[in-house]
Amino acid sequence: MKKRYRALPAMAAAAALVLAGCAADAGSDGAGGEITFDVPDVPMLEEKGDYEDAVDIIAWSGFVEPEWSDAFTEETGCVVNRRVAGTSDEMVQLMRTGDYDLVSASGDASLRLIVGGDVAPINRDLIPNFGDDIVPGMQGQLYDTINGKVYGVPIGRGANILQYNSEVVTEEPTSWDIVWEADSPYAGQITAYDAPIYIADAAVYLMYHEPDLGITNPYALDEEQLAAAIELLQQQNALISEYWSDPVAQITSFAGGTTVAGTSWEILRKLAADDKLKGTLPVEGSTGWSDAWMISAESDAPNCAYEWMNYTSAAEVNGKIAMNFGMAPANGAFCETSDEAAAHCEEFNALNEEYFENVWYWTTPIEQCLDGRTDVQCTSFQEWTDAWVSVKG
Amino acid sequence: MTSTATKPVSTMLYRSRRLRLGSLLTLPLVWLVGLYIASLALLLATAFWRVDPFTSKVTPAFQFDAFEQLLSNQAYLSTSLRTLGIALTVTLVSAAFAIPLGIYMAKIASPWMRGFLAVAITLPLWAGYLVKILAMRVTFTEEGFFNSFFGVFGISGPGFSQTTVVLTLTYLWFPYMALPVYTAIRQIPVNLFDASADLGARGWTTIRTVVMPLLAPALIAGSVFTFSLSLGDYIAAELVGGRTQMIGSVIANNINLNPPVAAAFALVPIAFVVLYLLGTRRTGALERM
Repeated sequence: MKKRYRALPAMAAAAALVLAGCAADAGSDGAGGEITFDVPDVPMLEEKGDYEDAVDIIAWSGFVEPEWSDAFTEETGCVVNRRVAGTSDEMVQLMRTGDYDLVSASGDASLRLIVGGDVAPINRDLIPNFGDDIVPGMQGQLYDTINGKVYGVPIGRGANILQYNSEVVTEEPTSWDIVWEADSPYAGQITAYDAPIYIADAAVYLMYHEPDLGITNPYALDEEQLAAAIELLQQQNALISEYWSDPVAQITSFAGGTTVAGTSWEILRKLAADDKLKGTLPVEGSTGWSDAWMISAESDAPNCAYEWMNYTSAAEVNGKIAMNFGMAPANGAFCETSDEAAAHCEEFNALNEEYFENVWYWTTPIEQCLDGRTDVQCTSFQEWTDAWVSVKG
Repeated sequence: MTSTATKPVSTMLYRSRRLRLGSLLTLPLVWLVGLYIASLALLLATAFWRVDPFTSKVTPAFQFDAFEQLLSNQAYLSTSLRTLGIALTVTLVSAAFAIPLGIYMAKIASPWMRGFLAVAITLPLWAGYLVKILAMRVTFTEEGFFNSFFGVFGISGPGFSQTTVVLTLTYLWFPYMALPVYTAIRQIPVNLFDASADLGARGWTTIRTVVMPLLAPALIAGSVFTFSLSLGDYIAAELVGGRTQMIGSVIANNINLNPPVAAAFALVPIAFVVLYLLGTRRTGALERM
């Protein structure tokens, strides 16, 4: 995973590492150090004090549940106020109100929050559970480790899989081609994710099949590469039965026979509870997501917030969240706690870094090329959003 | 005791005309100007603001980038026209259903039947908006009610498409058209029908020359609802539209990532409605509403 962002020539990378030299004492392995950004200087918490009364958390549904938050309140006296958000964009907007202490940010939200100065760097010394048990693939990623500072405490990760109805698609697909190519045998029965970030899925496909385009990171597309991705998406548009952004709509689309193949999350396949629905990670790889706790720059309950991050990073609690949401836990030690835990880790490839080598976690596309190119300007999320309108026409 | 002592408030209001007017209008005006118009204006002002390409944060400015973007990408135009087409179709279909139904209810049906139909028309209003869209979703899904019922006759449904969006929106907004039309027809004096018959007009001639002109204000009132509500909708497109993209879908996609574009594009349906109202005003129908 880490090598992905090491596309810069070795000299430049080494120089950047020297510049980001202070990364070492933050406990980071420096993987995010190659690309530097102008980040507002937000102080990090130096030492912990007394617990406050309450902590306000923005989270994905299933991340903050009474099953584990009640015990936390009992232990610390911090009352947990949860606000469930539906999309990364909503989380960013909510964090900017300054009313919340913590957010469970995915990679496409975190960069925006860090560069916007909305979140503070993390002091790892105050989070003992954020240690070696956190799987290596989730440490020091670009979207939460910037300029050598760590901004996120990993929670879990997952891949966007190719889900198919095995009664119609009888042979396990090895490639995403059935959802992209004009001659797909399942034309008119394909689903796609209805958000600009889905452009990255087209880029992943092109990266494999059209090496001449020179895409090395699906979130770092110059104008020409973006145009190619949009063209592919427009070709796909003719195959689509419906786009989904509401998870429930996606489940009913497969269940009702409207859709037989398309992008999905492991959790949705599980929720559908239908044996004929199968999921696979095709050869091209896929996009995915990796979530991390981030603390607000304006948090008025930093002590409660830090303890929450520490508490949820413990193997048991982190595992509960992962099992509840249906994702690979960040804390690898969880996998050894019970047979059930081991089975969950197996199912979600928690310790299988090879599996995640092929997964490109959601990251905010920005003008500065994330793959390290400096001779060209990449396209920003605004340009993706604008381009997305022309996919559906 | 005089009444001045026992009812000081009403006495004071009686004496001061301004106070009287002020106390009557303050609350609705605060609502209208303060909350309704001001918040709308603030939102629309965002169209001229600057958005940071990295963080999506907006900062106050005065520039036309958002509008340039709308003009440079043809998809915004085609989306606008598609949405306009959907809204107009919904309005026409609603009117085409509402007129015969209204005439039947007001002039032909027995009191019992009239009551039953009135309940039947308003019944969908009792259920939530989302529930109704999901009901349509269940109906038109591939293995849903429509296909399994009509499949016997070799008919397959429209699936999730633009047609389904039109059907769903018609289903949602039909009561807003049917009720004013029905009320208007009921208010037409019976002797007008008699007079028309006495002069030798048959049924269709009576409808064309007597009923329709009297119906225009009600039709326009109803169409303002069906038209403007359809223009702004995006949930229907999302849940039963399949590949359909409407103005609302684009605004929803942009509202967090690029607020100026969302605000600028929000002016399009407003412009459509204003043009529509201006057009109907020329017919004089608004005065009689």
